[in-house]
Amino acid sequence: MSRGGVMTIVKRELAGYFVSPVAYVFLVIFLLLTGFFTFTVGNFFERGEASLVSFFTWHPWLYLFLVPAVGMRLWSEERRLGTMELLLTLPIATWQAILGKFLASWIFLAIALALTFPVIITVNWLGDPDNGVIASGYVGSVLLAGSYLAVSCMTSAMTRNQVISFILSVLILLFLILCGYNPVTDLLSRWASPQVVQIVAAFSVMTHFEAFQRGILDSRDVVFFASVIGFALFTTGVIIRGLRAG
Amino acid sequence: MIKVENLVKNFGPKIAVNDVSFNVERGEVLGFLGPNGAGKSTTMRMVTGFIPPTAGRISVGGYDMLANPIPAKRLIGYLPENAPSYADMTVHGFLNFAAEMRAIDGDARKRAVNRAVEMCMLENVLYQTIDTLSKGYRHRTCLAQSIIHDPDILVMDEPTDGLDPNQKHEVRNLIKRMGANKAIIFSTHILEEVDAACSRVIIIDRGKIVANGTPDELRRRSHRAGAVAVVVSGVSAAQLSEALAAIDLVAKVETLSETPAQAIVRAHPQTPEQKPALVRAVLDLIAQQQWRIEDLRTEEGHFDEVFRSITLPDTMKEARP
Repeated sequence: MSRGGVMTIVKRELAGYFVSPVAYVFLVIFLLLTGFFTFTVGNFFERGEASLVSFFTWHPWLYLFLVPAVGMRLWSEERRLGTMELLLTLPIATWQAILGKFLASWIFLAIALALTFPVIITVNWLGDPDNGVIASGYVGSVLLAGSYLAVSCMTSAMTRNQVISFILSVLILLFLILCGYNPVTDLLSRWASPQVVQIVAAFSVMTHFEAFQRGILDSRDVVFFASVIGFALFTTGVIIRGLRAG
Repeated sequence: MIKVENLVKNFGPKIAVNDVSFNVERGEVLGFLGPNGAGKSTTMRMVTGFIPPTAGRISVGGYDMLANPIPAKRLIGYLPENAPSYADMTVHGFLNFAAEMRAIDGDARKRAVNRAVEMCMLENVLYQTIDTLSKGYRHRTCLAQSIIHDPDILVMDEPTDGLDPNQKHEVRNLIKRMGANKAIIFSTHILEEVDAACSRVIIIDRGKIVANGTPDELRRRSHRAGAVAVVVSGVSAAQLSEALAAIDLVAKVETLSETPAQAIVRAHPQTPEQKPALVRAVLDLIAQQQWRIEDLRTEEGHFDEVFRSITLPDTMKEARP
């Protein structure tokens, strides 16, 4: 029963994406933007190397806007329409509803990412890349999207207004990016001790995502993304409990 | 089936529900009446486990809603206020989802969906998406969701809100029919509905229960309950009033209208139970005086009058003529 509840919600949410044109619009925009960043901004061809570095490098920035666009309605819509009352009076635990809705959106993002497969074909056709590094990059990208999504899930529970949810989520994610972004850490290291800079940077998705891009599957990086997801979903649960308690 | 003890809910400094206790057994239909903002919805949300109470106990089918919410929720079908549903789904998809969430599988699910569709008359819109439906159909879709698992307990927040008179009638009959072997709570501010469907009524005002009884008991609290109005021709209203006032049972006489041709006068008995005796006495009097009686009406008492007298703030009661 407990797994059944989660799976039923995943199925419903996922089906919900594909009955509306919004999902297809999202997929098209996602693919166009990844293509644009990889080939035009990332100078894929000029680099002259058989790798997807120029593809993955942009993901933290691309996801900054695209993932909150997917996650912003998760709970705010349920609150606005009153379906939250319906959902949470069904015989399931609140965490099952949170997990189900999160997983559905994550699967949707994974589908979007999977649709970038032509880039793998291209790079393999043109040269002889290390496909292990590419696989590790994809794993990192899925985890990155998952942690962004969990943050959006949390902000969407805070408000019934999707726009506010979107903006809040972009702000939090921007912080998670910038605290490990090289220009920012350089600036920070001018007046803070290297240990402090390291600690701050350790909170950033950038430092952890970089390792995946280099083909290093470090359990610490996996744990980092898993804990961001866990923490954000747990906070979502706390927010929803607070809403219900009034 | 439902046992609520000393329920309290505070929203910040505001007390929404204040020490509410009641029981609902199988076979009972409990009508929840009260002005807007009286705490009806809040109470129902606590009974269904959507919001936790500040204090008090809720037991549903023997399960404590706070300690053991999942088995308790399994027994309940709930129609929330404004009948929310997932607008992007078809009626069929939505009901299937509800059945699946209730762990109804395979053939049983098909049967459950068909049964709910039939009971709520949704056959014509089964494969339409919910956001294309009229308000009445949307409402009935949510109603269908609440009865999909044939629950022992039904909680409905304004189940007839937004329906047309025919649909209202159907839903009331449905509630009455289902009430025979379920425990049902529903809220409304339509007073005839109470008569049409309830076996018991609770009136709640500013978070407190102010009346609890059968519809008949409550109606008898009306000051008009048991009164007899007669239309008599060939006599003046003053004469008629005087003669009626002389009857022992009569506590008060009111002249309702007077024309040269006829007079209409209402006599109130001392207690509503004296109505049959009063009718006999009035008829005897008229026969004895050889007046011509045109019409005789007895009053059962009016709900809206009882409702107003109970729920109006004291200051407004005084202001009323």
